[in-house]
Amino acid sequence: MTTPVLEARGVTMRFGGLTAVRSVDFTVNAGEIVGLIGPNGAGKTTFFNCLTGLYVPTEGTVSYKGTVLPPKPHLVTQAGIARTFQNIRLFANMTVLENVLVGRHTRTKEGLWSALLRGPGFKKAERASEERAMELLEFIGLAHKRDHLARNLPYGEQRKLEIARAMASEPGLLLLDEPTAGMNPQETRATEELVFAIRDKGIAVLLIEHDMRFVFNLSDRVAVLVQGEKLVEGTSDVVQADERVIAAYLGEPFEGDPGEAEAAEVEAAEAAASADAPSTTSSTKGEAK
Amino acid sequence: MVQWLTFTAGVLTALFALAAYGIRGLGWLLPARNNAPLVLTALGGFAVTWFTVIAISAELGGVVNLEPGGWIAAIASLLPVLGAFALPQERPDADGTKEALKAYIAKPDRIPAPQATSGWVQRAVITAVTIIGLGVFTYGIDTEYGELFVGYLFVVTFAMWAIHTAGLLDRFSALVAANRSFTLAMGFAAAIAFPFTQTDDHYANIGVNILIFGTVALGLNIVVGLAGLLDLGYVAFLGVGAYTAALVSGSEFSTISGVHLPFWASALAGAAASLVFGVLIGAPTLRLRGDYLAIVTLGFGEIFRIAVNNMDGDSGPDVTNGPNGISNIPDLNLLGFNFGQAHDLGGFTLGRFANYYLLMVLIMAIVVLVYTRAADSRIGRSWIAIREDETAATAMGINGFRVKLVAFALGAALAGLAGTVSAHVTYSVVPTPYQFAGSTPPNSAFLLAAVVLGGMGTVAGPLLGAALLYLLPEKLVFLQDKSLLAFGIALILLMRFRPEGIIANRRRQLEFHETGQLDVPKQTTLTDEPAVTKAGA
Repeated sequence: MTTPVLEARGVTMRFGGLTAVRSVDFTVNAGEIVGLIGPNGAGKTTFFNCLTGLYVPTEGTVSYKGTVLPPKPHLVTQAGIARTFQNIRLFANMTVLENVLVGRHTRTKEGLWSALLRGPGFKKAERASEERAMELLEFIGLAHKRDHLARNLPYGEQRKLEIARAMASEPGLLLLDEPTAGMNPQETRATEELVFAIRDKGIAVLLIEHDMRFVFNLSDRVAVLVQGEKLVEGTSDVVQADERVIAAYLGEPFEGDPGEAEAAEVEAAEAAASADAPSTTSSTKGEAK
Repeated sequence: MVQWLTFTAGVLTALFALAAYGIRGLGWLLPARNNAPLVLTALGGFAVTWFTVIAISAELGGVVNLEPGGWIAAIASLLPVLGAFALPQERPDADGTKEALKAYIAKPDRIPAPQATSGWVQRAVITAVTIIGLGVFTYGIDTEYGELFVGYLFVVTFAMWAIHTAGLLDRFSALVAANRSFTLAMGFAAAIAFPFTQTDDHYANIGVNILIFGTVALGLNIVVGLAGLLDLGYVAFLGVGAYTAALVSGSEFSTISGVHLPFWASALAGAAASLVFGVLIGAPTLRLRGDYLAIVTLGFGEIFRIAVNNMDGDSGPDVTNGPNGISNIPDLNLLGFNFGQAHDLGGFTLGRFANYYLLMVLIMAIVVLVYTRAADSRIGRSWIAIREDETAATAMGINGFRVKLVAFALGAALAGLAGTVSAHVTYSVVPTPYQFAGSTPPNSAFLLAAVVLGGMGTVAGPLLGAALLYLLPEKLVFLQDKSLLAFGIALILLMRFRPEGIIANRRRQLEFHETGQLDVPKQTTLTDEPAVTKAGA
């Protein structure tokens, strides 16, 4: 049926004695949105860094569309995997347009000589890059701010710009590291729309997120990483129902715990508070983490 | 000579005063309609007069020996200052003496928009400013003694400050931005015109040295200003170029004697040798980041000097004649034009240094072209991206190491090119100037200072910085061994009050001063409408 875009086999990452990621197998298929969740310190970002070549995995391989990726960030981007960062890493003192143009780096070839000689090929390539960058800025709705410095954008727009910059490298797979961190509900909803729109362009999306409602709304599949190991993987319903996931986020129930009746009372209150949520129990529990 | 300085300050004060009174035809002098320029020019006149009076008294051994004229001048120069401070203040609400004083010399945030002018008027203005600039610069180079140069610096600083607060500088930058290539052409025309204004070849010598220093600083600006690689051993590349040219240009002391390449070939050889050294030094060191790179380049810079010092046939292979260097480098001869002789050109006499000066203008034009074109391209953007955030840049597909190596090698090649000319200008090359720090330029510390002082990432900045840093030790011989101390104090003051350099890159200006920028958007965080964009599918 579907072909895997990303295939990680037995990825293990050790820092000295600490094993941050332990033999994780993971696939993302074309046209999929996959969520990666887990408690803080579970190794999600480390796993991301292994996928994008920022870390060299101690063991295991990562392949994109069937070819094994070399552990060099720029080659991974060249191959077709682009990413954003958990704490925004824009080129703060470049303009919005320039940021996106830097993202075009792997899809253009003009070197120093053509820049110095300024032949017709150079001008054509620069124009084409700029057109493509402006398309992307239209797509995320920042075209009117093309000449602003990135550092002067409001937080939500910086997040968007980072996504546009990543998309400029024409990836087949986009990795988003906590795209809604620090956003208000409206901005989160807008990001949700944006991720769907990106998927509709034929780009598979893998995202790390702590906002459970956001993840379960978006994702076709969700994988749970706990202490460096993949605990469960499956559709939203499967993951939400899984006892071990709840235990990982909230801790194991202990002997003589508050009792069923009190727990049910709390849950009922929570359900009343957030009646619009599709699956109250586990998602609220997830958020309550 | 001093009279000219006080006269200029006086005329400027009078002009600003008349413009402030609203005399017709002078309104353009004060776009901001404030009194600050008047205060500043009056202060400038006061400063230069009092400095002169004090310097003369010191020379004559006491105030008693001062002529009555000196007293009159000193008191007279005080009057405009008092008058200017008596003018109504712009911000009467300022509290405290410090704030009130600041308000007197502040530049208003809001300046009325200029009237639209036609292209011809704009070009005429740029031409006029270029001619005035050339005149001011020539005066500075031609100052005969240190005290006069200090007075000159007083007047220029206060005048520029006044013009800045009047809003004229902003107007002029807008003009320059609108007529970029015309300004560049005028700049080069002024540079070419400089030797024709000189009667003494000594000043052309200063000119050619400034140009060599400036060209190397511009090359360093690629490495430091664009790619953000702190290189503390950059002067070594100038040395490589100079030594290569010295070896292949037919000097009788050259260890490969008998080789006498034409200038274009020796220039290319010098640039190529520097490029090779740049790659050789860059390849192992550019894997390091930040401070580590600075330390390693500092080491390589010193290694070059020490190695050259020792390759004398005793402690190493005989290549450079050690501390004696390679002397008697013959003058250039291009198409029958002997650079060593004075030539008459339409009534003007161009001496030896003037000839080399004109050659250096050509080389600087090449370097400026390389710099501007490289900066505004895919590779230039990737340099800036690496400087801003190396991790993010590599995640965007930039091969950080390769891009940095290109910057390093290009910078080295440009320095080598300048070095080939400097070898001919100075007749001989010796290892001593190619050190990390010394009291005279060029050395690595001065080169870096020229870039930072003038303004990183700009073209005019490093050139201006180089001119200043060359002229200061040259003119201020009376400071003797305290010149480095004065230099350090000046640097600290500049970094405190204008960290982006004298000529600010737009980016860096925004980086250091966030207020008063039109660029800063209004911070709207929560809106009623969800911020759904066109992306909403």
